[in-house]
Amino acid sequence: MQERVPPLLISILCVGIAILYVPILVLIGYSFNASALVSVWGGFSTSWYGQLLHNDQILDAAWLSLKIGVVVSTGSVILGTLAAIALVRFKVFRTRLLLTGMVNAPLVMPEIITGITQLLLFVSMLHLFGWPHRGFTTIVIAHIAFCTAYVTITVQSRLQSADRSLEEAAMDLGSGPVRAFVDTTLPGIAPALASSWLLSFTLSLDDLVISSFVSGPGASTLPMVIFSKVKLGVSPDVNALACLIICAVGVCVLLAGYLMRRSEHRRVLDAQMAEH
Amino acid sequence: MNFTVDWLKRHSKWLIILPPLVYLLVFFLIPFAFALKISLADTAVRVPPFTDILSVSPDSHIHLTLNLGNFKYLFTDEVYGLSYLYSIKTAFFSTVICLALGYPMAYAIARTSKSTQSILLLLIILPFWTSFLLRVYALEGIIRESGLLNTALLWLGVIHQPLQIMRTTFAVYLGIIYSYLPFMVLPLFATLEKMDHSLLEAAGDLGSPPWRAFIDITVPLSMPGVIAGSMLVFIPAIGEFVIPTLLGGPDNLMIGRVLWDEFFGNRDWPVASAVAIAFLVLLVGPIAIYQHYNTKQLEA
Repeated sequence: MQERVPPLLISILCVGIAILYVPILVLIGYSFNASALVSVWGGFSTSWYGQLLHNDQILDAAWLSLKIGVVVSTGSVILGTLAAIALVRFKVFRTRLLLTGMVNAPLVMPEIITGITQLLLFVSMLHLFGWPHRGFTTIVIAHIAFCTAYVTITVQSRLQSADRSLEEAAMDLGSGPVRAFVDTTLPGIAPALASSWLLSFTLSLDDLVISSFVSGPGASTLPMVIFSKVKLGVSPDVNALACLIICAVGVCVLLAGYLMRRSEHRRVLDAQMAEH
Repeated sequence: MNFTVDWLKRHSKWLIILPPLVYLLVFFLIPFAFALKISLADTAVRVPPFTDILSVSPDSHIHLTLNLGNFKYLFTDEVYGLSYLYSIKTAFFSTVICLALGYPMAYAIARTSKSTQSILLLLIILPFWTSFLLRVYALEGIIRESGLLNTALLWLGVIHQPLQIMRTTFAVYLGIIYSYLPFMVLPLFATLEKMDHSLLEAAGDLGSPPWRAFIDITVPLSMPGVIAGSMLVFIPAIGEFVIPTLLGGPDNLMIGRVLWDEFFGNRDWPVASAVAIAFLVLLVGPIAIYQHYNTKQLEA
C-alpha cells in the first residue's frame, strides 16, 4: 500500500511532532546558556552541568534514584515474565481474570490514587508488623507493582509470537518442561526481557507522584528534588539536570527499541530458515 | 512419596502464577481495601492520623465503628463536587483535541513506507517514556512570561506586552495535550496499521469516493484504537496533578490537586481516602471500557 499521503496529513503530522519536540529542544538550548536569565542568550557554557557535580542534594537524590531503578527493574522483570508466561501458556486457570485485570489496571490508574492507596497500606503494615519503614523499601515495592504491568505486556506479546516447536522438540528428546523452556524459548525472548528491564528503569527513574506519597523523610528521589525546585521557579541547573535525565531515558528507550527489533529480526530469519 | 511428586506436577504451574499474582494482590489491589477502611475512620491526633474502625471492648466484644461523615462531607463542601466536574470537563476536552490531532498523525504514519514508519514511531515513543515532570517543565520554558514564545513575538513586533499564558486554563490544556499526545497516537497507529487496505480499494472500485470509504470503513475499523487511545488519555488526565500544579492557576482546581493538598496540606487522611474512593468509583466505568477493548485487541 504505497500511495501518496495527502499533504494535509503530512503537515498535521509535522505539527504534532513539532509540538512534542520543540519544548525539549528549547530546554536543551537553555541548559547551555551562560546567562542565568532565561530570556537572554549569554553565550555557550557548560557551567550549569559543572555545578550539578557540586550539589550534594542532587547527587544524593540521583544515587538514590539509580539504586531504586536497578532493584525495581530487576524485580519487575522477574515478576512480569512469570505473569506473562502464566497468561500465555496456561490458558485456563482460576484467578486468570484477576491477574489480567491487575496487570492492565496500573497502566490507566491515575498515579495519585495508586500512590495514596499504597501509602495507606504501608502505614497500616508498619503499624501492625513494624515493617516497612517509609523510604527506599516502600518506593521499591510501589514501583515494582506498576513496572511489572509494563513488563508483562511487553513480554506477553513477544511470547505469543514465539515458536513453540523447538521447545516441544526438546521435550520430545527428554528435557523437562523447565529445562526445555530455558534452553529454547528463553534465549528467544531474552532481548524482550532486556528491553523491558530498560523501560522499567526509565519508568522508575521518572516517577514523581507515587514516590512522593510512599517515601518518608530523608528519602528524596531525583524527580522529587526537581519538583520542589521547579515549584519555586526556573533555575538553570535544573535545565542541565533535566537534559541529562532526558538523555539517559532516550538512550535506554533507543537501546530497548534496538533490542526488540533485533529479536523480531531474528525470529523472521529463523522462520525463513525453517521453511527451507 | 509418589503422591508428593504427582501433587507437585499437577500444581507446578502455580509456582509461576502465584508470585506475580500475590505481589499485585498485596501491593496493588489490597491497598484499595485499606483506603476504603480508612475512609470510614475518623481523624485522630496520633500516628497514623486516624481511628481504628475495629475495636475490642473490655468484655471482649468486637465493635465496628463506621463513620460515613467523610463521604457526607464530600457532598456538603462544594470544592469536591466542583473539582470532580472540572477535572472531567478538562480531561474530556483534552481527549477530544488529542484525538483530533492524533488521528491524522497515526493515519499518516500508517500510510508511510516501513522504513519511514519506524523512524516516525520512534519519534512518538521517545516522549511517551519521558517523564511528565520534565516535559511540563520544558513546556514552561516556552510559555513563561520571559519564555521563548513571548520573546520571539515581542521581537517580531506582533505583540507589545508579553502574553500571560502560564497559570491559565489554556496552559493546562496545552500541557495535557502535549503530555498525552503519544498515548493517543500509539494505539491508533496499532489498529490503523493492521487494517486491510483491500477493503478501501474494493470500495473505490465500487464507486465510493475516498471520504465515504474513510467514514464507512476506516473509522469503524479503527474504533478499538480510538477507544483505547481516548481512555489512555482521559482516565489519567482526570487525576492529573503535575500539570495543573505547575502550569495552572488557582482556578484550575483539579481533583488530583485537591487530593494532594488534603493529604500533604491538611493531613486529613480519612477525607483524602474518601475522595480517592469516590474518584475510583467514578473511574470504574471508563476503566472497564478500556479493559474490554484492550482484551479484544490482544485476542485479535
